[in-house]
Amino acid sequence: MINELISMNGYGAYVWSAFSFTLISFTALYFVTKLQLSKEQKRFVSKFGSLNVEKAKAARSQNINREILSNTSNI
Amino acid sequence: MFKYFEPNKIFAVTSKAPKYVLFLFIIVLTIGLTEALILSPEDYKQSDAARIMYVHVPAAWISLGIFSSLALLSVGSFVFKNKNFALIAKSLAPSGFIFNIIALVTGSIWGKPTWGTWWAWDARITSMLILALFYGMYLLAWRIYDDKEQVIKVTSLIAILGVINVPIIKFSVDWWNTLHQPASINILSTNTAIHSSMLVPLGIMTAAFALFSLLIFLMKYNTELIKVKNKGLDRL
Repeated sequence: MINELISMNGYGAYVWSAFSFTLISFTALYFVTKLQLSKEQKRFVSKFGSLNVEKAKAARSQNINREILSNTSNI
Repeated sequence: MFKYFEPNKIFAVTSKAPKYVLFLFIIVLTIGLTEALILSPEDYKQSDAARIMYVHVPAAWISLGIFSSLALLSVGSFVFKNKNFALIAKSLAPSGFIFNIIALVTGSIWGKPTWGTWWAWDARITSMLILALFYGMYLLAWRIYDDKEQVIKVTSLIAILGVINVPIIKFSVDWWNTLHQPASINILSTNTAIHSSMLVPLGIMTAAFALFSLLIFLMKYNTELIKVKNKGLDRL
Protein backbone atom coordinates (compact mmCIF):
# COMPACT_ATOMS: atom_id res chain seq x y z
CA MET A 1 0.00 0.00 0.00
CA ILE A 2 2.70 2.48 1.09
CA ASN A 3 4.98 1.44 -1.78
CA GLU A 4 2.12 1.85 -4.27
CA LEU A 5 1.39 5.29 -2.84
CA ILE A 6 5.01 6.34 -3.15
CA SER A 7 5.62 4.90 -6.62
CA MET A 8 2.25 6.00 -8.11
CA ASN A 9 2.67 3.47 -10.97
CA GLY A 10 6.04 4.95 -11.83
CA TYR A 11 4.84 8.57 -11.75
CA GLY A 12 5.68 9.14 -8.07
CA ALA A 13 8.56 11.52 -8.74
CA TYR A 14 6.30 13.79 -10.82
CA VAL A 15 3.22 13.64 -8.58
CA TRP A 16 5.09 14.07 -5.28
CA SER A 17 7.30 16.87 -6.60
CA ALA A 18 4.22 18.78 -7.89
CA PHE A 19 2.41 18.45 -4.54
CA SER A 20 5.60 19.22 -2.57
CA PHE A 21 6.29 22.35 -4.62
CA THR A 22 2.73 23.53 -3.97
CA LEU A 23 2.87 22.92 -0.22
CA ILE A 24 6.35 24.46 0.13
CA SER A 25 5.15 27.56 -1.77
CA PHE A 26 2.11 27.82 0.54
CA THR A 27 4.28 27.50 3.65
CA ALA A 28 6.82 30.05 2.42
CA LEU A 29 4.16 32.61 1.44
CA TYR A 30 2.32 32.12 4.74
CA PHE A 31 5.43 32.68 6.87
CA VAL A 32 6.70 35.64 4.80
CA THR A 33 3.27 37.31 5.08
CA LYS A 34 3.07 36.54 8.80
CA LEU A 35 6.56 37.99 9.33
CA GLN A 36 5.61 41.21 7.50
CA LEU A 37 2.43 41.49 9.59
CA SER A 38 4.16 40.98 12.93
CA LYS A 39 6.90 43.47 11.89
CA GLU A 40 4.28 46.15 11.23
CA GLN A 41 2.46 45.30 14.48
CA LYS A 42 5.72 45.64 16.45
CA ARG A 43 6.46 48.96 14.75
CA PHE A 44 3.00 50.19 15.67
CA VAL A 45 3.36 49.12 19.31
CA SER A 46 6.79 50.73 19.61
CA LYS A 47 5.58 54.00 17.99
CA PHE A 48 2.50 53.99 20.20
CA GLY A 49 4.69 53.49 23.28
CA SER A 50 6.77 56.52 22.41
CA LEU A 51 3.73 58.87 22.24
CA ASN A 52 3.09 61.30 25.09
CA VAL A 53 -0.09 60.93 27.18
CA GLU A 54 -2.20 63.34 25.13
CA LYS A 55 -1.21 61.89 21.75
CA ALA A 56 -1.67 58.34 23.05
CA LYS A 57 -5.15 59.30 24.24
CA ALA A 58 -5.98 60.75 20.82
CA ALA A 59 -4.66 57.63 19.09
CA ARG A 60 -6.62 55.37 21.44
CA SER A 61 -9.83 57.16 20.53
CA GLN A 62 -9.74 55.37 17.16
CA ASN A 63 -11.23 51.86 17.23
CA ILE A 64 -8.76 50.52 14.69
CA ASN A 65 -5.76 51.55 16.83
CA ARG A 66 -7.26 49.80 19.86
CA GLU A 67 -7.85 46.71 17.72
CA ILE A 68 -4.25 46.70 16.49
CA LEU A 69 -2.95 46.94 20.06
CA SER A 70 -5.22 44.13 21.25
CA ASN A 71 -4.30 41.87 18.31
CA THR A 72 -0.53 42.10 18.47
CA SER A 73 -0.12 38.48 19.54
CA ASN A 74 -2.79 37.07 17.20
CA ILE A 75 -2.50 34.95 14.01
CA MET B 1 -22.66 51.08 0.47
CA PHE B 2 -18.86 51.39 0.55
CA LYS B 3 -18.97 53.08 3.97
CA TYR B 4 -19.74 49.67 5.55
CA PHE B 5 -16.47 48.34 4.13
CA GLU B 6 -14.27 51.17 5.32
CA PRO B 7 -11.01 49.86 6.85
CA ASN B 8 -11.82 51.38 10.25
CA LYS B 9 -15.07 49.42 10.38
CA ILE B 10 -13.95 46.06 9.01
CA PHE B 11 -10.57 45.79 10.77
CA ALA B 12 -12.26 44.25 13.82
CA VAL B 13 -13.34 41.38 11.53
CA THR B 14 -10.29 41.14 9.26
CA SER B 15 -7.89 41.07 12.23
CA LYS B 16 -9.64 38.15 13.90
CA ALA B 17 -10.64 36.15 10.80
CA PRO B 18 -7.21 34.73 9.77
CA LYS B 19 -6.99 32.21 12.63
CA TYR B 20 -10.42 30.77 11.75
CA VAL B 21 -9.64 30.75 8.03
CA LEU B 22 -6.30 29.01 8.73
CA PHE B 23 -8.08 26.34 10.81
CA LEU B 24 -10.68 25.76 8.08
CA PHE B 25 -7.97 25.72 5.38
CA ILE B 26 -6.00 22.99 7.20
CA ILE B 27 -9.12 20.83 7.53
CA VAL B 28 -10.23 21.27 3.89
CA LEU B 29 -6.65 20.78 2.60
CA THR B 30 -6.25 17.55 4.62
CA ILE B 31 -9.50 16.16 3.18
CA GLY B 32 -8.52 17.37 -0.31
CA LEU B 33 -5.04 15.78 -0.17
CA THR B 34 -6.49 12.46 1.09
CA GLU B 35 -9.02 12.47 -1.76
CA ALA B 36 -6.50 13.59 -4.39
CA LEU B 37 -3.62 11.29 -3.47
CA ILE B 38 -5.33 8.21 -2.03
CA LEU B 39 -9.07 7.91 -2.64
CA SER B 40 -9.53 9.19 -6.20
CA PRO B 41 -8.99 6.68 -9.01
CA GLU B 42 -6.09 6.80 -11.44
CA ASP B 43 -6.79 8.04 -14.96
CA TYR B 44 -7.29 5.32 -17.59
CA LYS B 45 -4.94 7.10 -20.02
CA GLN B 46 -2.50 9.10 -17.89
CA SER B 47 -2.51 6.75 -14.89
CA ASP B 48 -1.40 8.42 -11.61
CA ALA B 49 0.26 11.35 -13.40
CA ALA B 50 -3.25 12.83 -13.73
CA ARG B 51 -3.26 13.48 -9.96
CA ILE B 52 -1.12 16.57 -10.67
CA MET B 53 -4.39 18.05 -11.97
CA TYR B 54 -5.57 18.45 -8.35
CA VAL B 55 -2.95 21.13 -7.70
CA HIS B 56 -2.40 22.44 -11.23
CA VAL B 57 -6.01 23.24 -12.19
CA PRO B 58 -7.14 25.01 -8.95
CA ALA B 59 -3.92 27.07 -8.96
CA ALA B 60 -4.55 28.17 -12.56
CA TRP B 61 -8.23 28.98 -11.87
CA ILE B 62 -7.45 31.05 -8.79
CA SER B 63 -4.57 32.96 -10.37
CA LEU B 64 -6.88 33.92 -13.27
CA GLY B 65 -9.69 34.82 -10.87
CA ILE B 66 -7.42 37.00 -8.74
CA PHE B 67 -6.00 38.84 -11.74
CA SER B 68 -9.53 39.53 -13.02
CA SER B 69 -10.36 40.89 -9.54
CA LEU B 70 -7.29 43.16 -9.66
CA ALA B 71 -8.57 44.65 -12.93
CA LEU B 72 -12.10 45.10 -11.56
CA LEU B 73 -10.80 46.72 -8.38
CA SER B 74 -8.55 49.00 -10.44
CA VAL B 75 -11.51 50.15 -12.51
CA GLY B 76 -13.46 50.56 -9.24
CA SER B 77 -10.75 52.70 -7.68
CA PHE B 78 -10.84 55.00 -10.76
CA VAL B 79 -14.64 55.21 -10.97
CA PHE B 80 -15.44 55.56 -7.26
CA LYS B 81 -12.17 57.30 -6.26
CA ASN B 82 -11.91 54.79 -3.42
CA LYS B 83 -8.33 54.06 -2.27
CA ASN B 84 -9.48 51.04 -0.31
CA PHE B 85 -9.99 49.23 -3.65
CA ALA B 86 -6.30 49.71 -4.43
CA LEU B 87 -5.38 48.40 -0.96
CA ILE B 88 -7.55 45.30 -1.48
CA ALA B 89 -6.01 44.72 -4.93
CA LYS B 90 -2.48 45.11 -3.51
CA SER B 91 -3.31 42.54 -0.80
CA LEU B 92 -4.71 40.03 -3.32
CA ALA B 93 -1.79 40.15 -5.75
CA PRO B 94 0.85 38.07 -3.84
CA SER B 95 -1.32 34.95 -3.57
CA GLY B 96 -2.41 35.34 -7.22
CA PHE B 97 1.25 35.46 -8.28
CA ILE B 98 2.15 32.38 -6.22
CA PHE B 99 -0.80 30.46 -7.71
CA ASN B 100 0.35 31.50 -11.20
CA ILE B 101 3.86 30.17 -10.47
CA ILE B 102 2.40 26.94 -9.01
CA ALA B 103 0.27 26.47 -12.16
CA LEU B 104 3.33 26.96 -14.40
CA VAL B 105 5.66 24.70 -12.39
CA THR B 106 3.16 21.88 -11.79
CA GLY B 107 2.10 22.14 -15.46
CA SER B 108 5.71 21.74 -16.47
CA ILE B 109 6.09 18.71 -14.16
CA TRP B 110 2.88 17.22 -15.63
CA GLY B 111 4.11 17.94 -19.18
CA LYS B 112 7.18 15.70 -18.87
CA PRO B 113 5.36 12.34 -18.46
CA THR B 114 2.41 13.25 -20.73
CA TRP B 115 4.01 15.27 -23.58
CA GLY B 116 7.62 14.17 -23.11
CA THR B 117 8.85 17.71 -22.48
CA TRP B 118 9.11 20.08 -19.51
CA TRP B 119 8.23 23.15 -21.58
CA ALA B 120 6.66 24.05 -24.92
CA TRP B 121 5.96 27.50 -26.36
CA ASP B 122 2.34 26.50 -26.62
CA ALA B 123 -0.44 29.18 -26.61
CA ARG B 124 -1.86 28.25 -23.18
CA ILE B 125 1.52 27.93 -21.45
CA THR B 126 2.96 31.07 -23.06
CA SER B 127 -0.12 33.15 -22.17
CA MET B 128 0.12 31.90 -18.55
CA LEU B 129 3.78 32.96 -18.53
CA ILE B 130 2.72 36.41 -19.77
CA LEU B 131 0.21 36.58 -16.91
CA ALA B 132 3.05 35.83 -14.46
CA LEU B 133 5.00 38.73 -16.01
CA PHE B 134 2.02 41.05 -15.49
CA TYR B 135 1.74 39.87 -11.86
CA GLY B 136 5.50 40.51 -11.48
CA MET B 137 5.21 44.04 -12.94
CA TYR B 138 2.18 44.76 -10.72
CA LEU B 139 3.99 43.71 -7.53
CA LEU B 140 7.19 45.46 -8.57
CA ALA B 141 5.34 48.73 -9.26
CA TRP B 142 4.07 48.79 -5.65
CA ARG B 143 7.69 48.50 -4.49
CA ILE B 144 9.19 51.02 -6.92
CA TYR B 145 6.85 54.02 -6.63
CA ASP B 146 6.61 55.99 -3.39
CA ASP B 147 3.93 58.44 -4.49
CA LYS B 148 0.53 56.91 -3.64
CA GLU B 149 -1.43 58.57 -6.47
CA GLN B 150 1.19 57.56 -9.02
CA VAL B 151 1.46 53.95 -7.84
CA ILE B 152 -2.32 53.51 -7.96
CA LYS B 153 -2.37 54.82 -11.56
CA VAL B 154 0.54 52.61 -12.68
CA THR B 155 -0.71 49.42 -11.00
CA SER B 156 -4.25 50.02 -12.32
CA LEU B 157 -2.88 50.42 -15.82
CA ILE B 158 -0.90 47.16 -15.49
CA ALA B 159 -3.98 45.30 -14.18
CA ILE B 160 -6.30 46.66 -16.90
CA LEU B 161 -3.79 45.91 -19.69
CA GLY B 162 -3.03 42.49 -18.21
CA VAL B 163 -6.66 41.42 -17.99
CA ILE B 164 -6.81 41.41 -21.82
CA ASN B 165 -4.65 38.29 -21.51
CA VAL B 166 -7.23 36.46 -19.33
CA PRO B 167 -9.71 35.58 -22.14
CA ILE B 168 -6.71 34.75 -24.35
CA ILE B 169 -5.61 32.19 -21.73
CA LYS B 170 -9.15 30.83 -21.42
CA PHE B 171 -9.79 30.42 -25.15
CA SER B 172 -6.19 29.70 -26.28
CA VAL B 173 -6.95 25.97 -26.41
CA ASP B 174 -9.93 26.61 -28.73
CA TRP B 175 -8.36 29.29 -30.95
CA TRP B 176 -5.04 27.53 -31.61
CA ASN B 177 -3.79 23.99 -31.99
CA THR B 178 -2.09 23.43 -28.67
CA LEU B 179 -0.43 20.64 -26.78
CA HIS B 180 -2.58 21.62 -23.82
CA GLN B 181 -5.87 19.77 -23.58
CA PRO B 182 -9.16 21.70 -24.01
CA ALA B 183 -11.21 22.67 -20.94
CA SER B 184 -12.82 19.65 -19.28
CA ILE B 185 -15.15 21.69 -17.09
CA ASN B 186 -17.54 24.41 -18.17
CA ILE B 187 -19.08 26.41 -15.33
CA LEU B 188 -21.92 27.50 -17.62
CA SER B 189 -22.90 23.94 -18.42
CA THR B 190 -23.56 20.76 -16.43
CA ASN B 191 -21.64 18.70 -18.98
CA THR B 192 -18.12 17.91 -17.84
CA ALA B 193 -15.57 15.51 -19.24
CA ILE B 194 -14.50 14.55 -15.70
CA HIS B 195 -16.11 11.77 -13.69
CA SER B 196 -17.53 12.73 -10.29
CA SER B 197 -14.88 10.57 -8.55
CA MET B 198 -12.31 13.06 -9.85
CA LEU B 199 -14.52 16.14 -9.84
CA VAL B 200 -15.14 15.94 -6.05
CA PRO B 201 -11.42 16.01 -5.07
CA LEU B 202 -10.87 18.77 -7.63
CA GLY B 203 -13.66 20.80 -6.01
CA ILE B 204 -12.29 20.21 -2.50
CA MET B 205 -8.76 21.21 -3.55
CA THR B 206 -10.15 24.34 -5.24
CA ALA B 207 -11.96 25.23 -2.01
CA ALA B 208 -8.72 24.69 -0.04
CA PHE B 209 -6.76 26.90 -2.45
CA ALA B 210 -9.46 29.59 -2.29
CA LEU B 211 -9.27 29.51 1.53
CA PHE B 212 -5.51 29.86 1.35
CA SER B 213 -5.77 32.91 -0.90
CA LEU B 214 -8.36 34.37 1.51
CA LEU B 215 -5.98 33.76 4.43
CA ILE B 216 -3.05 35.47 2.69
CA PHE B 217 -5.32 38.30 1.54
CA LEU B 218 -6.55 38.95 5.10
CA MET B 219 -3.03 38.90 6.57
CA LYS B 220 -1.70 41.16 3.82
CA TYR B 221 -4.67 43.54 4.09
CA ASN B 222 -4.16 43.82 7.86
CA THR B 223 -0.45 44.54 7.25
CA GLU B 224 -1.34 47.32 4.81
CA LEU B 225 -3.88 48.85 7.21
CA ILE B 226 -1.36 48.83 10.08
CA LYS B 227 1.19 50.47 7.72
CA VAL B 228 -1.35 53.26 7.08
CA LYS B 229 -1.96 53.62 10.83
CA ASN B 230 1.80 53.71 11.48
CA LYS B 231 2.02 56.70 9.15
CA GLY B 232 -0.97 58.19 11.00
CA LEU B 233 0.91 57.95 14.32
CA ASP B 234 3.83 59.85 12.75
CA ARG B 235 1.47 62.68 11.89
CA LEU B 236 0.03 63.02 15.41
